[in-house]
Amino acid sequence: MNKYNLNNKYKAIVIGGSAGSFQGITKILSNLSPDFKLPLILCLHRLKHVRNGFVEALSLKSVMTVCEPYDKENVKKGKVYLAPANYHMSVELGNYFSLSTEEMVNNSRPSIDITLGTSGYVYKEKLIGILLSGANKDGALGMKNIKNKGGLTIVQDPKECMIDTMPSAALDITEIDYILGVDGIISFLNELNSHYK
Amino acid sequence: MAEIEIADIKKIAEVVKNKYNYDFTNYAMSSFKRRIQRILDLYKINNVNALLKRISEDSAFFEEFLVEITVNVTEMFRDPSFWRVLRDDIIPSIMLNHDKIRIWHAGCSSGEEVFSMAILLKEMGVLENTQIIATDLDKEILKKAKSGKYSLKNMELNKKNYVRFQGNSSIEEYYTEQKGIAVMNPSLVENVSFREHDLVQGEVFNKFDLVLCRNVMIYFNQTLQNNVLKKFHESLFKFGYLIIGSKESLIWCDIANKFIVVNNEEKVYKKYKD
Ligand SMILES: C[S@@+](CC[C@H](N)C(=O)[O-])C[C@H]1O[C@@H](n2cnc3c(N)ncnc32)[C@H](O)[C@@H]1O
Repeated sequence: MNKYNLNNKYKAIVIGGSAGSFQGITKILSNLSPDFKLPLILCLHRLKHVRNGFVEALSLKSVMTVCEPYDKENVKKGKVYLAPANYHMSVELGNYFSLSTEEMVNNSRPSIDITLGTSGYVYKEKLIGILLSGANKDGALGMKNIKNKGGLTIVQDPKECMIDTMPSAALDITEIDYILGVDGIISFLNELNSHYK
Repeated sequence: MAEIEIADIKKIAEVVKNKYNYDFTNYAMSSFKRRIQRILDLYKINNVNALLKRISEDSAFFEEFLVEITVNVTEMFRDPSFWRVLRDDIIPSIMLNHDKIRIWHAGCSSGEEVFSMAILLKEMGVLENTQIIATDLDKEILKKAKSGKYSLKNMELNKKNYVRFQGNSSIEEYYTEQKGIAVMNPSLVENVSFREHDLVQGEVFNKFDLVLCRNVMIYFNQTLQNNVLKKFHESLFKFGYLIIGSKESLIWCDIANKFIVVNNEEKVYKKYKD
């Protein structure tokens, strides 16, 4: 089942999503192989002033542990990290997270562009970026940054998206390696994982 | 435009340190880099070298640089559940042993946190028994804090937070609307001393029962967080409280063992050992 011809050079996966992405992301988290080896970094648009509940909702079906990282927490394998409400989440050289309360970007905090962009800067060609359904353009520039650094890019098939503004915006401004449905993303990730011992 | 390199950031920090004696060398990299990019965009400066030149030759420009390089975004009653814990647990427990409460807001930005505190204390009937010192690195933002003037748009968010905090009045009681601007009731901060103070290079200047430093150390790297935490430790009376932002943690710091966790969810710590 080597459909995508992958290898084990990748160090992290970063996923952005907004309106209409919750179902997709829970499906992905519940269908990954339980021994999934890479960190999964999630930046999903969410209510700014609701601090609790989202991690719990994602954890319900996730095969991996889901948490919101603290500022300066190390990125570890096999964990799912969710950007906390009302903070931007960056990845820093040295492989740890940092949080910030800077102005909103694309009307969003957390901003997907920031998480994707900083991940691209740190992991370069060892990063896979995935952008799911969403109603604004946050994330498109982040995907472009990932591509510019040599990373691999995937968007959820706009035909399948509840709202396709976000993946379409990414397709407009940068090269996307794969356009996949949620099921395709799941088999992609599981095939990837089979390359890690 | 070319991406800002780490070497560029180091150069900027060096020039600022040598010429103006502010030390940004140990600030967290990615947010600091975005701040630099923001300044380049705002002032339409083409590249880092042009920025360096401008900083070293134009001290009036540097004042503006200082305003933009720091992140001043803040709200009243940010994390309402924290303010409830403060009102229901922390302040009462301090008052058990003290007639007067000494409070330090480190990195108070435009003052919303200070006004929140004053409102909370007033509603508890203890505002007169407190001494508050509010500090920030940024002179301009302190002026704003002192003036207590906020946009009505921000006031809407502040109001939502106040409602979630479950204060015993309504936030409108604490300001008047003047020409489309919310002007906070000045008596709230009558006894507050707003001062310029640099957490990186500044000396420990007093002792407190309660230190709040929320969403400030996230802009520092771990080396600097460690150093600043030592200063907070020194600035606290034994059994005094330290409060940091909801997504910050002390556990990585050298002297974490001198504190105990009072409330992990709201990030309330207590100085336990000298
Ligand atoms: C995001 S605001 C935090 C405001 C408020 N405490 C809150 O949680 O909403 C960060 C503040 O820290 C200040 N700051 C940054 N570096 C500082 C330093 N070295 N010394 C003192 N204040 C500093 C900035 O000027 C800014 O006003």
